[in-house]
Amino acid sequence: MGILEVKGVGKRFGGLQALGDVNLSVAENSCHAIIGPNGAGKSTLLNCLIGKLIPDTGSVTFEGQSVLGRSPHEINQMGISRVFQTPEIFADLSVLENMLIPCFAKRDGSFELNAISAVRNQKDVQDKAMHMLEDMNLADKRHMHAASMSRGDKRRLEIAMCLAQEPRLLLLDEPTAGMARADTNNTIDLLKQIKEERDITIAIIEHDMHVVFSLADRITVLAQGTPLVEDTPDKIKGHPKVREAYLGESAD
Amino acid sequence: MFGLEKKDLRLLMFVAGLTLLAPFLLNPFPEGSAMAQFNAGYPDLMQRFVIFGIFAIGFNILFGLTGYLSFGHAAFLGVGSYSAMWMFKLFGMNVIPALGLAIAMSGLFAIVIGYVSLRRSGIYFSILTLAFAMMSYALAYSVLATDMDGPDKQGLLQKGLTGGETGLQLTLQDPRILGAQTTESGNIPVPSLFGVEMRSATELNLGDWVFTFSAGYYFSGVIMLLAFYLSIRIFRSPFGMMLRAVKSNQQRLTYTGLNPKPYTLAAFVISGMYAGLAGGLMAAMDPLAGPERMFWTASGEVVLMTILGGAGTLIGPVLGAGAIKYMENILSKINSDILHTWFAFLPDGLENLIVGMIYPFIGKGWHLTLGIIFMLVVIFLPGGLVEGSQRIGRMFKRKQADDDKPTATTEPAE
Ligand SMILES: Nc1ncnc2c1ncn2[C@@H]1O[C@H](COP(=O)(O)OP(=O)(O)O)[C@@H](O)[C@H]1O
Ligand SMILES: [Mg+2]
Repeated sequence: MGILEVKGVGKRFGGLQALGDVNLSVAENSCHAIIGPNGAGKSTLLNCLIGKLIPDTGSVTFEGQSVLGRSPHEINQMGISRVFQTPEIFADLSVLENMLIPCFAKRDGSFELNAISAVRNQKDVQDKAMHMLEDMNLADKRHMHAASMSRGDKRRLEIAMCLAQEPRLLLLDEPTAGMARADTNNTIDLLKQIKEERDITIAIIEHDMHVVFSLADRITVLAQGTPLVEDTPDKIKGHPKVREAYLGESAD
Repeated sequence: MFGLEKKDLRLLMFVAGLTLLAPFLLNPFPEGSAMAQFNAGYPDLMQRFVIFGIFAIGFNILFGLTGYLSFGHAAFLGVGSYSAMWMFKLFGMNVIPALGLAIAMSGLFAIVIGYVSLRRSGIYFSILTLAFAMMSYALAYSVLATDMDGPDKQGLLQKGLTGGETGLQLTLQDPRILGAQTTESGNIPVPSLFGVEMRSATELNLGDWVFTFSAGYYFSGVIMLLAFYLSIRIFRSPFGMMLRAVKSNQQRLTYTGLNPKPYTLAAFVISGMYAGLAGGLMAAMDPLAGPERMFWTASGEVVLMTILGGAGTLIGPVLGAGAIKYMENILSKINSDILHTWFAFLPDGLENLIVGMIYPFIGKGWHLTLGIIFMLVVIFLPGGLVEGSQRIGRMFKRKQADDDKPTATTEPAE
């Protein structure tokens, strides 16, 4: 049994069957990549895992507990964090505040009426947030408005925010999309380091094959809402069906 | 000190200074001079400044921090006033229990109204709060104003819970079981704080100037300072930060494991209680409560105050409340005779022309002036009066820096 079990999940938008019959098992402490052409339903699948969408059919269990019917914040508190395809951060807040919020969420749970004590006096949370920012080389920018950061920095901040929650499962939706080569390599290194240092499972959606083959332990290829094949990176590379359906596009 | 950062402490001290010295600051012109009508240092108006300041400070906790725009906060103002009045009628004229009940009742109302309204966001939230406030108005105006004593009895509920159009008033028959039912001279007693009557005042004559120190004003002023202090603490707390996160990106907040609902509801209830406190104080200053206090225009007014002063800033709502109440009470008193005396030095034709041009903006036309100022602020100073003063401050600083370049130092961010 994997840490995440997706069984027979289907999702329809009007006339469009975005997800057909998705079965997926993500092993604990592995890195599982999901690849597939645009519109294959990858983001939709992630949306079904975090409570943003409720699938029409099937079941999703995380660490043996059903995820369906729970609200997004509950699912997150179970230990699933997600990095979105376009960075979702608190644009109007400072970088440090962006970092503090997940630290509070980890310490205090989904609601705490802590309305009198000052944020700056919460030593434990402050230290943790600063530590995370230093790890990500964002400490110098802590007083910056998050909105005014570069796209790469926003992405790293979002990853840091997710990691601050110490999730058991980290979902990444095209984390290197729109990044320059150097930034992409930095992200690969960062994710490798996270994988080594932490007790964490990663599920990553990615277009860049270089990223996928440097990180993934297993790969699922999704096309038109159904998994085509699932295998190790080496096998996937040589798979004729995959070459035809997906890799063919980017091989040349 | 007080658990505040230096910057915030300075702001609190600034507001405290303004509040304590208001009778002087607002009366700069000698009695009897032509400018005396711009004096705002009389108790009735000063009380309104601080009471609406409280209302706007509380409103800002909801609107300024979370971005949820309530169009029905006057309902809580009304609930606070009626609650305080009933406390005066049933138990006695001490203002402390009256304010306590005002806060508690408006809090209860806010839980119900907030719970329902917060099921929606954006414009739908605003409309729901507006609907609730108008329902409250209708309740106060007619439904709860029917004779609940029966035709032959002349008791407490003769005019219902709210007194309808004429409002809820004190009478000689009110039981006031914990205090005196009537004064020694047989009159209705007045609200007081352990014997100090709210309407009592002393005057200080300095040359041509007359300064009035009113017990009611200072009592309200101290309460406003407490309310302001509490709002600073809320702004700087983890709770306040979460409220700003709700405004910034609610989606990220939920996917960070936080439940926005209780946060927004708590903000709604806190701001409702501030409104209730303000309503209770109104009744304490002038023991009368009418349904018009809940009318939608009253809800709109606090929105204007907050935006005009600077939503989401600490001091903005206080400035906005002061500015609007000043215009309402001072501009509206200027009439064409006064204008003619001002411009009498001009040739007749020109005098009439200028008076004719200004006339629409004064007296009953003060709303026009308010509208124009509001538009100018929203378009050119989206951060309100606070942004305006910051810009002036920066201009001033830059000039200073230009003057003494060698010693100029850059200030650290924050
Ligand atoms: N909320 C939605 N409503 C309607 N259609 C949607 C919605 N989300 C995704 N889709 C459609 O479902 C299909 C799969 O989308 P998506 O999961 O975003 O693909 P990708 O694999 O590129 O991430 C696309 O055709 C998309 O247009
Ligand atoms: Mg996608």
